[in-house]
Amino acid sequence: MKKNWLSYPYLLWMVLFVFFPLLLVFFYSITDRTGEGLRFTLAHFRRFMEPIYLKVLTRSVKLALISTVLCLMLGYPMAMILAGNHFKRKNIMIFLFVVPMWMNFLLRTYAWMTLLERKGLINTFLSWLGLNPLNLLYTEEAVVLGMVYNFLPFMVLPIYSVLSKIDKNLIEAAGDLGANQFTVFLKVILPLSLPGVVSGITMVFMPAVTTFVISRLLGGGQFTLIGNLIEQQFLYAGDWSFGSAISMVMMIVILLSTSVITKYEKENEGGGLW
Amino acid sequence: MVKKWPILLLITLVLTTVLTLSSCGQDNRVVLNVYNWGDYIDESVINEFEKKYNIRVNYDTFSTNEDMYVKVKSGGSNYDVLFPSDYTIERMVKEDMLLKLDYNNIPNAQYIEERFKHLDYDPQNEYSVPYMWGTVGIIYNKTMVHEPVTSWRILWDEKYSKQILMLDSQRDSIGVALKMLGYSMNTLNLEELEAAKQALIKQKPLVLAYVGDDVKDKMIAGEASLAVVWSGDAVYMKWENPDLEFALPEEASNLWFDAMVIPKSSKHQTEAETFINFMCDPEIAFKNADYIGYSSPHREVQKMIDPELLADPTAYPADAMLESYDIFHDLGEYLKVYDRIWTEIKAH
Repeated sequence: MKKNWLSYPYLLWMVLFVFFPLLLVFFYSITDRTGEGLRFTLAHFRRFMEPIYLKVLTRSVKLALISTVLCLMLGYPMAMILAGNHFKRKNIMIFLFVVPMWMNFLLRTYAWMTLLERKGLINTFLSWLGLNPLNLLYTEEAVVLGMVYNFLPFMVLPIYSVLSKIDKNLIEAAGDLGANQFTVFLKVILPLSLPGVVSGITMVFMPAVTTFVISRLLGGGQFTLIGNLIEQQFLYAGDWSFGSAISMVMMIVILLSTSVITKYEKENEGGGLW
Repeated sequence: MVKKWPILLLITLVLTTVLTLSSCGQDNRVVLNVYNWGDYIDESVINEFEKKYNIRVNYDTFSTNEDMYVKVKSGGSNYDVLFPSDYTIERMVKEDMLLKLDYNNIPNAQYIEERFKHLDYDPQNEYSVPYMWGTVGIIYNKTMVHEPVTSWRILWDEKYSKQILMLDSQRDSIGVALKMLGYSMNTLNLEELEAAKQALIKQKPLVLAYVGDDVKDKMIAGEASLAVVWSGDAVYMKWENPDLEFALPEEASNLWFDAMVIPKSSKHQTEAETFINFMCDPEIAFKNADYIGYSSPHREVQKMIDPELLADPTAYPADAMLESYDIFHDLGEYLKVYDRIWTEIKAH
């Protein structure tokens, strides 16, 4: 295909705001500013290999994985309900699902704080029932809850859009050929919906593994994630080189995990996010 | 319906452009960029300044000295007045980041008490005019803590597990542990720092959260029993919730000063000095002190302020008591050690 002049603005945009910043991050991550000037070094990456930073990385990946699995478990049935025909007010449902996303993400997270607090709504209700108040806020579970709540729409919407495009004749044909509902789901619906699942997983995992606001607000600064570490290097310690090195490692982790899942997806045919 | 969209879009675009352009045209006042701590001013004072001097103020806030320092140091910002603390001023002077003040433009500086001048961080008083001062102590809820609070050790008492709030600020939190162990808050001794680190790691399971300005809301709402806070915030919290009381531990603590400085990147030194002078005006300084509850180094303010507050050791502790208190010094190269320790505690 010949290059269209329409593509140039996009190309320029990509170079200016994607390629160039990435190059800068890479440059910072392999250099060190000393009194005599710039020096190339891999020390920042070596520093990241220390147990303390690896511990933060494992914690981030673990929490992001848990959140992604939970989102999938909650999101897939939700998407099926939305895509199903038996539901009359489907559009209202989808609308209600998207409305919270119009609100600022920080506000939604702050709202959870007032719900989970020791004197918050949930604990007030529990003590009204005569139960002991629970320690809900500032726990690892609260961080996972925040991630699932904030990123669930990113799981539901891609799966929903794939499910609603499945040719209904295929399902009917499977039924005519004697498959029961479970077999239809397993052999027809599930394989056809995989592209949506893959982009859902990627779209939840990526923000979850890099978040720093949720872990600070709902985790009370006790569960340092990789995002918090990067933020600290840039805003607090002023060590841009180490911050860039962590960012590079993070990008590699994301790239690897998504390419694994996309490879699996390719073998099963269909387009994903890539 | 579909065809109307481009026209609508065009109209909106034209309108917004016209509106922004015209509003720019009307306002040719000098813009002064002020960078202060959050919750640290009576904001009506800014409007008064704008009206009186016909200068527009662009007011922005930070939550730790380190945030502010990194932002100013990395360039790209054009702040005219900053409000850093003692040790950060020391660092900025060392790194030649501040302008020398012209006191002819700041006649109101005469009202600052002598004991707040010529301090270690600015011995010649060339760069800074004090704004507020205070200490660091423990605020506690009398309905939850039924014993006298006399020592930092109470923050390590398992009785108060998950009821303790610590400051999410490395110098303050490591400083608390150092003082608890009987060391200086400015120590450069690696063994002492290691001991402080171990103490804070041991304390971590008892800590409910590491917080910033939200400590005020949490303590007022009764979410926790004990918290490490700056004295001025304690005054405000006691106003809001009478169950709260403030204690200065017997092992001594930190004495701090926040002062107004002008960074070298400022393009409006005279206007910035006018602003500093305005902040030192007795009426204005009183308004700020009265509004935020912090202790003022201003002689006239202390005459105007509520006698009850002046008698309260939370805000105005006795001089003799403060003698053993540490004022933070710039750590220089050791900042990295502190930073590393803090990361290890938080990531643990």
